[in-house]
Amino acid sequence: MQQDRILLAHGSGGTMMRVLIEEIFVARFGDDILKRMDDAASLDVPPGRIAMSTDTYVVTPLFFPGGDIGHLAVAGTVNDVATAGAKPLYLSVGFILEEGLPVADLRRILDSMADVAEEAGVRIVTGDTKVVERGHGDGVYINTAGIGVLPEGVDLSGSYCKPGDVVLLSGTLGDHGIAVVSTREGLSFGTSVVSDAAPLNHLVAAVLEAAPSVRCFRDPTRGGLSSCLNELASASGVSITVEEDSVPVREQVRGACEMLGYDVYQVANEGKMVAVVPADQADAALAAMRGSKYGEDAAIIGTVAEGPAGRVYVNTSFGARRIMDMLVGEQLPRIC
Amino acid sequence: MCLAIPATVSIIGENRMAQVDMRGVTRTVSLDLVPDAEVGSWVLVHAGFAIQVVDEQYANETWDLLLEMGEALDAEDAELLNAAAQAAMGEESKA
Amino acid sequence: MGPDPSAAFRDPEVARRLTAAIAAAVTRPMKIMEVCGTHTVAIARHGLRELMPENVTLLSGPGCPVCVTANRDIDLAIELGRQPGVTITTFGDMIKVPGSYSSLAREKAEGRDIRIVYSPLDAVALAHSDPDLQVVFLGVGFETTAPTVAAAIKTAARMGLKNFSVLAIHKTVPLALEALVNDPEVAIDGFILPGHVSTIIGPEPYRFLAEKYGVPGAVTGFEPVDVLQGVLSLVKQIAEGRAEIDIAYSRGVSSNGNPTARALMAEIFEPSDSEWRGIGVIPGTGLAIREEFAEWDAARRFDVTPPEPKEIVGCQCGEVLRGVTLPYQCRLFGKGCTPEHPIGPCMVSSEGSCAAYYRYTDYGRA
Repeated sequence: MQQDRILLAHGSGGTMMRVLIEEIFVARFGDDILKRMDDAASLDVPPGRIAMSTDTYVVTPLFFPGGDIGHLAVAGTVNDVATAGAKPLYLSVGFILEEGLPVADLRRILDSMADVAEEAGVRIVTGDTKVVERGHGDGVYINTAGIGVLPEGVDLSGSYCKPGDVVLLSGTLGDHGIAVVSTREGLSFGTSVVSDAAPLNHLVAAVLEAAPSVRCFRDPTRGGLSSCLNELASASGVSITVEEDSVPVREQVRGACEMLGYDVYQVANEGKMVAVVPADQADAALAAMRGSKYGEDAAIIGTVAEGPAGRVYVNTSFGARRIMDMLVGEQLPRIC
Repeated sequence: MCLAIPATVSIIGENRMAQVDMRGVTRTVSLDLVPDAEVGSWVLVHAGFAIQVVDEQYANETWDLLLEMGEALDAEDAELLNAAAQAAMGEESKA
Repeated sequence: MGPDPSAAFRDPEVARRLTAAIAAAVTRPMKIMEVCGTHTVAIARHGLRELMPENVTLLSGPGCPVCVTANRDIDLAIELGRQPGVTITTFGDMIKVPGSYSSLAREKAEGRDIRIVYSPLDAVALAHSDPDLQVVFLGVGFETTAPTVAAAIKTAARMGLKNFSVLAIHKTVPLALEALVNDPEVAIDGFILPGHVSTIIGPEPYRFLAEKYGVPGAVTGFEPVDVLQGVLSLVKQIAEGRAEIDIAYSRGVSSNGNPTARALMAEIFEPSDSEWRGIGVIPGTGLAIREEFAEWDAARRFDVTPPEPKEIVGCQCGEVLRGVTLPYQCRLFGKGCTPEHPIGPCMVSSEGSCAAYYRYTDYGRA
């Protein structure tokens, strides 16, 4: 491929597009099914129910400390499929490329996607590319859809949480959101915090094996831990109480949140998992998390109780209790 | 209207612009409002400016006073803490 | 360099002791007003209101500068943003606050160039690096922030920037407290005074509260132990019939405040009248840019006429800001006015009393 930037012609369906797909996409992902370049991928699927998820990634900037949009695009969908308790198998990828995007940037993103896919053990089997005019598209938007298979007997749902259950968190909060915001214009601050984007399907599988009665998994992405727990509490008609002192947060993330006036419970994470398990399996689940890559800082952070339904509380360090509220709109840096 | 964060001054550059460190996060702020701040000073940072040098001595003195008060309280502690806790629970159940 | 001097002021054990001391010192029902919006959030976030004994009521006051910015001023900022070539730069706090007809967030969605900055110096830097932009910075906030904006104006003047100006809608605190003390509907026994405003102005400007009106004040910091210390000081003063201005935040506030900051403020600004949402005009509580710096005054540079301001029907923010009504007593709280569908600034602003109550407590929820 000769051009060093993406042109409109690359999306027009002609020879330039074919060259782009073959030499850039397929060459990098290297999957046999993908190489056939059929319009639809024909897949062998083990017996069982299928779990499917899709997500679109629009993060800016494309490259941030610790990762890029490619990492997110694969890890995010892998993790969503994994939360069902399914083993993720295949991904489709759809790209909207902005005219003028440097091909070198695209290659970096594809490298990231391939790396995460390999680590997760999923295959990228089909894809699509469109090119939009300069000024539309923020460089790249990526959609991924993932398919996985649910083992026999696995039936998880956010509506299954019961009073007495225990809430686990696989690691430190806020890393991704702070890493990304540190690069924003007008807010620049130096930090060694890096995004935590990572595929967690192996961690989930380990927990599922150690604690087979796990109720559900959920990844606290946009809206942070707060959205995640509020959704679970609502879906299950229970209340959840978090012990503030138990929640792992890096010192630097605390510092950045203080500086910006952010609530760390509302900051996005891309490599963390929440699990709700019956109390008698909590220790086993915790051990499984801590024994997994990306789960070293896992902790038990709270408990489920009767009600009021949908309420999430935080027990502060002072023995006082307050509500963990859901993010409304976007978090904005404040001076007041 | 008062979000100001403690930070330490690590490097002072031209025009009294300095790099400060707050719990490992670094930022460039102006020291225009704190002519006495030097490398190693603790300052309060607001909207990109250091607005005060934090008086460490005061911080320590206050701390000592609080600890003393804590000791004096210990004697009647249990009863008082119970009363406070009861009142707190009473407040909560009003909600 | 030693450890963070503020870290110790989050110690839970000391907090518990202070709570006990407060309970022991209370002799009668007391209403204490926290003036500063940052205190409102600190109290809500750490659940400190729930730790107060039965007789101590903590009221939130008009210390959220964004909440008390008059519709008229927000409308003006919006109108400036609609001028061709103008880039509005602002603190994040202002973005969602409703004016009479729109908000900066709405304007941004409709394509106006509105950017959030963390520091007024960022706005100056933007103007310097991009001479094609006509940068207007919204100068909001109390005395904590006004010196930083003054410094930014001075920097712009020194650089001879032609494309930078400030819409000065700052407010000052002490005279507003006097208005509250004189308000017959408001009955405050003591004030938790804003820690970082006091970092700049020191304790003297509040002296009149104690000496003329017999109302005690405690200059208070923002860590949980700081807040409890401030409350304890007030409870003791009230119980003992004393009225003083106590610095309970000695590590952050000196008896002289920050003279450098005050001098800079006085160089750039002069006192003016200012309209406080829900309270009305309080003479002498505004900061207008002096004539010598007129070139960097957005109000003089641009000739715009915003539409007639109109108040939000049914909104009781004014009463909440004066401490007359508690957020959950507002007829709209939780019914029609929520963080998702805010009607007034007290619910929109991240520092607003209503938002703090709604987000962190059970009050007013089903």
